[in-house]
Amino acid sequence: MKRRVYLDHAGTTKPDPEVLKTYTALLADHYANSESLYDEGSEVHRMMEKARSAAAGLLGVLPGEILFTSGSCEANSMAVKGVSFACPDKRHIITTPIEHSSILSACHQMEHLFHYDITWLPVYEDGRVKASDVRSALRPDTVLVSVMHVNNEVGSVNPIQEIAELVRKKSSAYFHSDLTQSIGKVPVDLKQIDLASISAHKLHGLKGSGILVKKTHVPMEPLISGGEQEFGLRGGTANSAADTVFAKTLRLALEKQEATWKHVSALKQRLYEGLSELEGIEFNSPKDAIPHVLNFSYEKIPSEVMQNELNRRGFMVSARSTCESNSNNPSYVLTAMGFSERRASCSIRVSLSLENTMEEIDLFIEAVKEMITQYG
Amino acid sequence: MAEYDTVLIRYGELTTKGKNRKDFIRKLDQNIRGILKDYGNLEYRRAYDRFYIKLNGEDAEGICEKLKKVFGISSFSFTEKVDSDLETITARCVELAKNSGRHTFKMISRRHDKTFPMNSDSINRHVAGAILQNTNMKVDVHQPELEIRVEVHSGDTYLMSEKIPGAGGYPSGINGKVLLMLSGGIDSPVAAYELMKRGLDVEAVHFASPPYTSENAKQKVLDLASMMSEYNQGRMKVHMINFTDIQLAIYKAAGDPYAVTLMRRMMVRLAQQIAEQNGCLAIATGESLGQVASQTLESIACINSVISIPVLRPLICMDKVEIIDLARKIGTYETSILPYEDCCTIFDPKNPVTRPNNKKASSFEARFDYDRMIAEALDQEESVMVHPPVQEDYL
Repeated sequence: MKRRVYLDHAGTTKPDPEVLKTYTALLADHYANSESLYDEGSEVHRMMEKARSAAAGLLGVLPGEILFTSGSCEANSMAVKGVSFACPDKRHIITTPIEHSSILSACHQMEHLFHYDITWLPVYEDGRVKASDVRSALRPDTVLVSVMHVNNEVGSVNPIQEIAELVRKKSSAYFHSDLTQSIGKVPVDLKQIDLASISAHKLHGLKGSGILVKKTHVPMEPLISGGEQEFGLRGGTANSAADTVFAKTLRLALEKQEATWKHVSALKQRLYEGLSELEGIEFNSPKDAIPHVLNFSYEKIPSEVMQNELNRRGFMVSARSTCESNSNNPSYVLTAMGFSERRASCSIRVSLSLENTMEEIDLFIEAVKEMITQYG
Repeated sequence: MAEYDTVLIRYGELTTKGKNRKDFIRKLDQNIRGILKDYGNLEYRRAYDRFYIKLNGEDAEGICEKLKKVFGISSFSFTEKVDSDLETITARCVELAKNSGRHTFKMISRRHDKTFPMNSDSINRHVAGAILQNTNMKVDVHQPELEIRVEVHSGDTYLMSEKIPGAGGYPSGINGKVLLMLSGGIDSPVAAYELMKRGLDVEAVHFASPPYTSENAKQKVLDLASMMSEYNQGRMKVHMINFTDIQLAIYKAAGDPYAVTLMRRMMVRLAQQIAEQNGCLAIATGESLGQVASQTLESIACINSVISIPVLRPLICMDKVEIIDLARKIGTYETSILPYEDCCTIFDPKNPVTRPNNKKASSFEARFDYDRMIAEALDQEESVMVHPPVQEDYL
């Protein structure tokens, strides 16, 4: 079989062998329900709670502020709807048009079903929102401000510390940040942040696993009502093996953060230089984006065609958010950044990790070059 | 931290203790070695007013976390040893400043060796001048981002990072051994911390009432002890007493109002005997005056009257809020609030007497043969030695 090169680490990642080993061992040996009173159940419960404490320690929050979820989509949904339902008197939400679809849809639901006002912050050419815009959008009835840290399509970094501080000082709203694409890539300080979403499978962990960080002072209604699991905020038998191994996933990702940064910076530099030499390539990622992501367009070849051809040649890349990849619409992120519809329909996102090599980058540049000559 | 090769430890209040000084330093030396025993490559050196640990490549950050929990240390710094030669000192300080990534700095020099040709002020100026010339950093004497400390001794000079505050207090064990009644609540681990800080070696006794109390409750106590053992020379002995039969007998004999008083009287009797058998000169509790019915002055007097051994109550005058703050600081709070029944909550009486009297308590006690039951409970005592939490391999 032809060599396959994986360049879609913002889409998902290959599970770390150590995570897999621990997970399968937990599944096989610790299958008891964590809520059962007998020793085996208590043991599972204990392991989960130790993992909760360990994850909390890594993030600088309290153990009771970690809620295990099925991933970021759920965590985002809980943040938007769970907080809104708990504060029914306030009916205004501020967010950005470049959020992940899970935030966008949750906000649309609040707008259409419950008649909430949603303010969509302006996004600038650098793929970022401005704290000053948040400030002018804040109202006495604002319940939540949700701004993602790193954008999944272009890798732009929002000024979430500044926004968090502002929200805390100037309003009674809560601040949520989707950290799915930033944790394990850039340092994150959760001191000022009320709610945050993290997904394991972007960190060389498992699919169907993630957390919502919810600070103690934030009110919340459960979306899945049930037993007392997750402090009564998420019913259902705990996915204990996945929850337990989340701590290790996070620890390993944070331990490798610096090395990864260095490694992918060098790769991206090469990629950037290589693609710059090709006529007609335009970079959609801003200059100060994280080095893990490079988004570009070649306006003569639509995303889908480019992806199909790259796939045929052995390269796995995405055009936009993987969760949106079945739609043929232009990327809403690029559109929001002010790029033309054409350019937004021809984007390719390359996302890197510690596992990629310089050789793979060179092969990729070569492949793009050939395609441009052939079809451009 | 990677550049530093030595840890310099400054002794705590023991420096004030004239003739006992040697003992204190020896004990601290022993405790530091004990807590760092997993780092095989360390080299230790004791000096008159400082203690030095050569890192030899061991993990500085891990060692830093451990040292923060050793009582008897007033502060410590990571240092680099260079020759006491002005040019060498200056060159290394410039390197340290360059690699720090900080923007402002301040020089703090001390000349222990008075034969060194420059006084501390001149050293400061000389080195600062070189840093200003070779980096973009500025001097800020009030709130510097980086403090560079230079200590010139004869022969060697130590360049060091900021002062990291130590835990203070006396080296654990220097003031003898006590037996703490460890319930699993918020207070008793804090009491352990206070006792340890005063240089006491702490053993613990826990009273369990299975099946009314669960394995989880017992495990929680062991977890707490494990956390506290980090302050206690890296180990803590926990005596487990099965209290069920005595508790049932008490309820049969006394009923609701006096149950807690009698329970506490039985517990201290047991504790006194365990203390005596294990070389503890006192027992200790996490009692705080007025917190619950058994912690009124009348209750304390009535309970205390059945034993002769001294009882230390380090939290007696502390507010609950202060206790909770300390519990958070030492990291036991989250475990303490886990909702498992302990033997004090299991038979939670509705109308506990707040002003028990000795006569009444004694008359209730006369209704059953508690001496025999205490002896039986002591016979079945199990003790466990716990150590600081280790990283579980699934985490």
